[in-house]
Amino acid sequence: MDNTLQAACDAIVERFSAEQSASRQQITLKLQPQNIVSACRTLRDEFDFEVLAGETAVDYWPQMAPRFHVIYLLLSLKQHARLTLRVPVEGSNPSLPSIEGVYPNANWHEREIWDMFGINFEGHPDMRRILMPNDWEGHPLRKDYPLGYEEVQYSFNFDEIDVRKPYAKG
Amino acid sequence: MAELTEVTLDELRHLVSDRAIEGESVLLNMGPQHPSTHGVLRLLLELDGEQVINCIPDIGFLHTGIEKNMEAKTYIKAAVMTDRLDYLNTIGNNLVYCLAIEKLVDLDVPPRAQAIRVILTELQRIASHLVWLGTHALDLAAMSVFLYCFREREMILDILEMVGGQRMMTTYFRPGGLWRDVPVEFEDAVRQFLRIFPARIDEYEALLTKNPLFLERTRKIGVLTPQDALRWGVTGPTLRASGIAHDLRKFQPYSGYEQYKFDIPTQTDGDTYARYLVRMEEMRQSLRIVGQALDGLPFGAVISNNRKYVPPPRAELGTSMEALIHHFKLWTEGFLPPEGAVYVAVESPRGELGVYLESDGGAKPYRVYWRTPSFVNLQILPLLSKGHLVADLVALIGTIDIVLGDVDR
Amino acid sequence: MGIEKKLGNMGVATVTLEQAVNWARTRAMWPMLFGLACCAIEMMSAQASNYDLSRFGMELMRASPRQSDLMIVAGRVSRKMAPVLRRLYDQMPDPKWVIAMGDCASCGGVFNNYAIVQGVDEVVPVDVYVAGCPPRPEALIHGIMTLHEKVRGEKIADWS
Repeated sequence: MDNTLQAACDAIVERFSAEQSASRQQITLKLQPQNIVSACRTLRDEFDFEVLAGETAVDYWPQMAPRFHVIYLLLSLKQHARLTLRVPVEGSNPSLPSIEGVYPNANWHEREIWDMFGINFEGHPDMRRILMPNDWEGHPLRKDYPLGYEEVQYSFNFDEIDVRKPYAKG
Repeated sequence: MAELTEVTLDELRHLVSDRAIEGESVLLNMGPQHPSTHGVLRLLLELDGEQVINCIPDIGFLHTGIEKNMEAKTYIKAAVMTDRLDYLNTIGNNLVYCLAIEKLVDLDVPPRAQAIRVILTELQRIASHLVWLGTHALDLAAMSVFLYCFREREMILDILEMVGGQRMMTTYFRPGGLWRDVPVEFEDAVRQFLRIFPARIDEYEALLTKNPLFLERTRKIGVLTPQDALRWGVTGPTLRASGIAHDLRKFQPYSGYEQYKFDIPTQTDGDTYARYLVRMEEMRQSLRIVGQALDGLPFGAVISNNRKYVPPPRAELGTSMEALIHHFKLWTEGFLPPEGAVYVAVESPRGELGVYLESDGGAKPYRVYWRTPSFVNLQILPLLSKGHLVADLVALIGTIDIVLGDVDR
Repeated sequence: MGIEKKLGNMGVATVTLEQAVNWARTRAMWPMLFGLACCAIEMMSAQASNYDLSRFGMELMRASPRQSDLMIVAGRVSRKMAPVLRRLYDQMPDPKWVIAMGDCASCGGVFNNYAIVQGVDEVVPVDVYVAGCPPRPEALIHGIMTLHEKVRGEKIADWS
């Protein structure tokens, strides 16, 4: 691994008590929610991670607790490096500080995570649904949300489904 | 089916300025169905006469739930849905998904497959830029450019149909290589395209590059400084037109791109005209890459031999018992990658297209997150449009080059 | 087309009013721009120079529903877009027809999930379904010609 990337990882591990793991040549640092904003600020200012490439969440219900892991993908053009940060978040009323002040493009990413997973971000200026309609209930990408699969009409069950299907009137 | 809900001013109070609430400036809805929004994008504009004070994008009208749907299908069946994300760069979506699976399971790809992948990806880049050019020029009232661009695009779609059977959604790339080898006519068709296309690019440039009307509508419109571009995570030609030479094909080469010689076009102005010049030059560089890849196309297999992840050819099924067992397992259950997560990114015509793939050891992906360039690039629209006229807004949406399938997933 | 056969030496043809009205309606049916997703790109290809739609009188893709006859729903309709679609359909004046282009508009297509309306006939009444993902421009033109045949068989009383 590159020296500067190693230095950045060591600094974060030391200052914010993170856990480092590597798989398939990609480094992941696991942090606690209260440290995420200062860790991102350190990475941006001291170690030249200028770009937040992406932000998402994964739902581990029911196997693991804490239920959600929020993933931050950082990119450094100067150091030629990528870094992944993972933050575990509790399942009931999940909430963690927003990094919109550090990377402005986290604005829409965090709105999408709120919409899809129900994780609230404190300090976000505009916490609204972004992809689903405004009055939608539920958070679709959670594992306990159903897919919404509609039964397929084959020839043997064509008529029964036809009766139930809502057709539009002219 | 829900009724249309009116958005009240209270919900948007924190986004619009005080002048709108007092009624001094106008709130206009540039609705989801509009000829110039390149898809279903809704913009709420706050206008002072013709000038835009603020622009609030409202997306989600094409949300397809692809990420959740891919979690319900096996890896191979989910590959079909990847085409439909950024529907102008279908081959590129296939490519990044296959690269992610190959990185996850550590699967080798033979060199012939890598070279053909590069050829088709670059042809798809040219096709995507042609649609961009046609629709961008159409919005700025240059209608004949639209017809010329689609004429060339038909040639590329004929090549894709020849190899993959379908014009747009081919799903031609599979984990481990390609679905099947290219036919004999492929090389002639690509060489024919390489012969005639440079003259066609000259034709488009003759129509637009020094055209005073085009210059008037694109110079100094939507200037993006490099610092803003990095802060907002902008990638692709939009970033390169602001002066930063960042291209994932050179930054983290994949699929054999390190063998080919090509330049990364950059401009320093950061306005709409600079982005136009960058994309025109990118088309020429893509032709260079296709020529080099075609000249050095190696012989050999087009898909990996690893029978745990790649189905055996049909001819073997009649003679070999192991082949039959592998075929049966792959078709009924699918392959089981080891646990772990990877993030792989490629350079799509719009920017950095990345897949974050997480597996829990099962036959279906546990989480597939698509880092799509249009979603991130669209966030700078309010920043770029401040102070410009409504007519310039149309040019700005075209120049950021968004595809709504990419934005809404 | 039966009208030319009836032209005699005097250059006068006699037809029923219904035939004349339906002939006029099919010859210049103006589509409304309703391209949503990938099928929209194939619709644009059908309109461009290789598969020309203007030979059917349809090169004028009107963005305004008030000035169009035909709505080609090209692409997947999400639950957020469905009320918008219905409102635009209601704003079109009679006579109006709908072509559901592509698999997603006909039946939900590849996407059987919470976000996509499973077939646009849950929202608007459809006249012609064109299959394909996306349908080739020739398939779309075949769908349009099928619609023309259907229109030629209509009665004026249907739209009054």
